Amino acid sequence: MYSYYLTIVLAPLAAAIIAGLAGNKIGRAGAHWITIIGVGLSCALSLLVLKNMFWGGAAAENISVYTWAVTDGLRMEVGFLVDRLTALMMCVVTFVSLAVHIYTIGYMHDDPGYTRFFSYISLFTFSMLMLVMSNNFLQLFFGWEAVGLVSYLLIGFWFKRESAIFANLKAFLVNRVGDFGFILGIAAVVMLTGSLDYATVFGGAEAMAEQSIEVLPGNPWNAMTVTCILLFIGAMGKSAQAPLHVWLPDSMEGPTPISALIHAATMVTAGIFMVARMSPLFELSTTALAVVIVIGSITAFFMGLLGIVQNDIKRVVAYSTLSQLGYMTVALGASAYSAAIFHLMTHAFFKALLFLAAGSVIIAMHHEQDIRKMGGIRKYMPITYWTALIGSLALIGFPGSSGFFSKDLLIEAVRESHWHGQGAVYWIAYLSVLLGVFVTALYSFRMFFLVFHGDERMSEKEKSHLHETPAVVTVPLIMLAIPSAVIGWFTVGPVLFGDYFGDAIHVSSAHDVLGHMGEAWHGSLGLLTHAVMTPVFWLAAAGVFTAWFLYLKRPDIPATIQSKFSALYKLLDRKYYFDDLYIKGFAAGGRNFGKFLWQKGDELIIDGVIVNGTANTIARLAGVMRHIQTGYLYTYAFAMIIGLTTLLGWLIWLR
Amino acid sequence: MIGLQHYLTVAAMLFVLSLAGIIINRKNLILLLMCIELMLLAVNTNFIAFSRYLGDETGQVFVFFILTVAAAEAAIGLAILVVLFRNRRSIAVQELNTLKG
Repeated sequence: MYSYYLTIVLAPLAAAIIAGLAGNKIGRAGAHWITIIGVGLSCALSLLVLKNMFWGGAAAENISVYTWAVTDGLRMEVGFLVDRLTALMMCVVTFVSLAVHIYTIGYMHDDPGYTRFFSYISLFTFSMLMLVMSNNFLQLFFGWEAVGLVSYLLIGFWFKRESAIFANLKAFLVNRVGDFGFILGIAAVVMLTGSLDYATVFGGAEAMAEQSIEVLPGNPWNAMTVTCILLFIGAMGKSAQAPLHVWLPDSMEGPTPISALIHAATMVTAGIFMVARMSPLFELSTTALAVVIVIGSITAFFMGLLGIVQNDIKRVVAYSTLSQLGYMTVALGASAYSAAIFHLMTHAFFKALLFLAAGSVIIAMHHEQDIRKMGGIRKYMPITYWTALIGSLALIGFPGSSGFFSKDLLIEAVRESHWHGQGAVYWIAYLSVLLGVFVTALYSFRMFFLVFHGDERMSEKEKSHLHETPAVVTVPLIMLAIPSAVIGWFTVGPVLFGDYFGDAIHVSSAHDVLGHMGEAWHGSLGLLTHAVMTPVFWLAAAGVFTAWFLYLKRPDIPATIQSKFSALYKLLDRKYYFDDLYIKGFAAGGRNFGKFLWQKGDELIIDGVIVNGTANTIARLAGVMRHIQTGYLYTYAFAMIIGLTTLLGWLIWLR
Repeated sequence: MIGLQHYLTVAAMLFVLSLAGIIINRKNLILLLMCIELMLLAVNTNFIAFSRYLGDETGQVFVFFILTVAAAEAAIGLAILVVLFRNRRSIAVQELNTLKG
């Protein structure tokens, strides 16, 4: 299997290098063929690995590939830990990546940066695989930063656009905040266990939980809590959890295939994956889990609300991504790691699908993204319409779709997670995810109705050009629509309640919500028949109905609501003023502080007083002293005599 | 009886005269060279006076050395003077103020 793993990782890298460096030689077709072959190979082998794990019963493998450095007993290695969690992630990453590669042929058809784009997305696939397949913290960090770098490059792919440059810088800076926590977390792990290797660290977790750290002098905190919260700060940055979520909506400045691959399906779920991977650590700190669940709840509910007021088709989907990431985080906090990973998987399919469908609409509308200028596209683009419908239904958890299984059970797990007690944390989490269902249904179908149904609000000229997108666009849509619709059916049992993850995810018996739920599990069909009896179903149905009523039946009402509740609307429209706080507060504050240091510290004190001041003083002094110099010989002679006399006088009388 | 102090007085007077010549003279550079010579002679007078007074001939030997060096110095000084005159068409001391700050 060793050679398989190497091929899985290196095929996209090789393709990226060839497409990137020799893009001009191999041409546009060469670039897309080589990258698609690279990723396709990875995808096929990943599926094979998963098959061996799932049906072949292959054991988890922990392989060290290369020792990069050994210093002071700390081994820095490149290695693969391929267990069932990894295998699942590998398949999700490579499959969505493959679909996006194919889709890109259609989406980026006229773009001058065609080969560069393929090089980047292949490089991203490589980085993401390095991240998920890592068996140590260092490689995890490498993958973490590499996906961040590619994300930065791709958000700013159209680097001549002012807004794209702003967005990628913002993404980069916000991620630095998260990475700062993450690297401190890794440092804490190394300090406490003296190792970067997962196996060693997890083995020493119990001992780690008994130590304490004094971050502030005189306040000993549990070492595990500090470490886990620091690691989670990293996850907050990468997985865009409040308050570090601000970069994700802006990242929609990048091309749509990127939004689907990086900012919906894979990279942003790296934080979720990381926390699930660190489950043996997080399980030992209830405080850290409480932090995780609260942050997740806030993100899940409040970011969903923002989706309702957005008018850019991609931004609606972006906020829905934030909200769904919040759901996954809540599941992590409730110790239902499997539910989080399961939702991650289904979400990767249906959210990538929604993004690609949005992209398909954008292509057909000639890069118009405002949903107020769309409407009634259904009859022009049937394939896009039906796939988008499947995606939207999966997103709101329509019974039978993949999202139904993952989301329903996720919410059920949160409801059952009594170990947080019945206190505030529990209610915040439960109410957020429950009300989030209504909000999700409302914004999803608001967008769906505005785009595909109702009046045709585009111009006549636009309408005459409107037609279904080519096969390279619709085939990936169908490729993703199939798992979005059906994958929940046969995977939910083994992944959530079976023994699928085995040792890959560790849940302490006191927190084992899913194990508890598993006792009442009667198969997918059983869950489906119970669907109509749950509040989740009715909330989703109410959301869809509200969307239908407000945007199709009585389109005049939203404007009235908007004017009646203008304060609330403004709060949502300004995204809770987070951007203002960060841009005017932190960014402007940082710039002003820098300007202060530049003008006062550097220019005034260092340059003005110390460097130039010395020179100026000497020059001024010399300006006075030069008047003594007459240039006449007799003056100097006289001065010499005076000096001589003085010296002699001193020698004779004063000594 | 003419004693040591008379010699020294004469030497001091010579020295001060030559010094005054250097400081007061504004016109002629040759005069300046002559004043320097005079200054050396005043010193020589002191040497000889002390030599006689202390009964040590070393002082008189020194006078010869000084005279030799003074001659050489006068030769160099006059050579510089000639060059200076060729360059500036003037040897007036008050015009030589290139070093003025």
